[in-house]
Amino acid sequence: MNFNFKHEWIETNIGLMAVLTMLAISVGGLVEIAPLFFIDKTIEKVEGVRPYTPLEQRGRDIYVREGCYLCHSQMIRPFRDEKLRYGHYSLAAESQYDHPFQWGSKRTGPDLARVGGKYSNEWHVQHMVAPRSMVPESVMPNYPWLLSTPLDISDTADRMKALRKVGVPYSLTQEEYKANVVKFGETVAPLLHIPDAQKNLLEQANFGNYDGDRSGISEMDALVAYLQVLGTMVDFSKYNDDAFVDNR
Amino acid sequence: MSEQKLQSQTVQTTGHAWDGDLQEYNNPLPVWWVYTFYATFVFAIVYWVIYPSWPFGKGWIGGLSDISYVNSAGETKTHSWNTRALYLEDMNQAAAAQKPYFDKVQSMSYEQISRDPEITAFILSSGKALFADNCAACHQAGGQGVVGFFPNLTDDDWLYGGSYEKIHQTLVDGRRGYMPSFSEVLSAEQIGDLANYVAGLSGIPHDAAKAKAGDVLFHSETAACYYCHGADAKGRKEVGAPNLTDGIWLWAGVAAAPSSEGKVAAIRNVISTGLAKGVMPAWGGRLSPEQIKVLTVYVHDLGGGL
Repeated sequence: MNFNFKHEWIETNIGLMAVLTMLAISVGGLVEIAPLFFIDKTIEKVEGVRPYTPLEQRGRDIYVREGCYLCHSQMIRPFRDEKLRYGHYSLAAESQYDHPFQWGSKRTGPDLARVGGKYSNEWHVQHMVAPRSMVPESVMPNYPWLLSTPLDISDTADRMKALRKVGVPYSLTQEEYKANVVKFGETVAPLLHIPDAQKNLLEQANFGNYDGDRSGISEMDALVAYLQVLGTMVDFSKYNDDAFVDNR
Repeated sequence: MSEQKLQSQTVQTTGHAWDGDLQEYNNPLPVWWVYTFYATFVFAIVYWVIYPSWPFGKGWIGGLSDISYVNSAGETKTHSWNTRALYLEDMNQAAAAQKPYFDKVQSMSYEQISRDPEITAFILSSGKALFADNCAACHQAGGQGVVGFFPNLTDDDWLYGGSYEKIHQTLVDGRRGYMPSFSEVLSAEQIGDLANYVAGLSGIPHDAAKAKAGDVLFHSETAACYYCHGADAKGRKEVGAPNLTDGIWLWAGVAAAPSSEGKVAAIRNVISTGLAKGVMPAWGGRLSPEQIKVLTVYVHDLGGGL
């Protein structure tokens, strides 16, 4: 380093040092983040992934509220041991409508990315109320209030509108609804229509009766509905096991 | 320290003195450190060449390292290194090691498996891991179940049948238990009679007179218990209706009730409220056919029968 450059200039000038430090850090961000917006292989092209229904979305809100992500990840890595225990590795496409995503980085409990359909609703309810009655070695806290707290459904549409703002294709207008029919099909599109949010939520909760109690809709109904859909949207039997190998 | 001593030192200082005599050396970096630093540059460049690294156009540079694997369609493919290709290669290697065993399991009949000690040993060890990952959450680690929730798999009592074929069917398609609520069809007295009759079937102390009335009701069209539980009350496996005569209780908390009155009350409770639980998920889409066959044999080994 000749040409009269002295590192001392930076070391003795805190303003210059701050600017240069920020520049150095931004290079890391630019290199790692920016290309993802231009690479067209970031998100796998699969059928079946749709935004959550109003009830599932409310369940997801409760999942976040109770901090489930602090102990449970939703990200199955492409390793043999994870495949054997949890199922097919997670795809980026599967969390494309998650805001924020629930990948997590801590597994005190098991990964939940494909817990949908693995256990019965009844198991989930009992396990949430008293985890050790189902899994003796569990260290999960009890969540009995989920069963006794009625689900607040008054702001369901507002929550969907907020998600729509960040890019989740919930429909507000007829044009958006028609676009959803093309994209997600005639059975799914009505579930994503914000003006029908409350009606859809009530229908799903009453039909599914996730908490086994028909007298009302509890937070447990929503949470179990959410858990039971996790990882079930993509039918992997339709794809070869190397269908997503180009995406990494 | 004297002024003279400081000036006599050969190593440069930063040129500033704090508190009059406190100075800081300005040593060059150690040579080993500098070369290690340069070596990380070299390492990075080598890494870029071998492994996927720089974004390029709409993709990225794959790197020189390759991975070969056989996909589920049986095609051999070579892909530039990435974790998903590495995973496929890993799965291939494990599958190759297990293939001789799984092929045997798939080709042999249950009868043959039960007489082949090597395959049985394979199933007991691989089945144990499968059971722990998939079944133990409900049926518990030893298959003993939870009274009131999930059936015991180690006894001789099978709701839907304990033969290899029935266990296999249960695993693939799942099950959905159901018993209607009788609280609106029958009076409280009638339900009490039935509970006493059912208690008597497995030798629980009960009111004989009430049980006699319950016997009639059990076999009548009013309650029609015999529809599902059979005229002999030994259950009908086609509909998953349990045997009421063997003293094994899944739904009613009979074993936990301290008194005989409590035991009868537990039975009455089930008749009154009915059951909309007893759901077993279907594993056909989640586990492979070989895994399901391994589990079938494993569960049959726990306490299978007819």
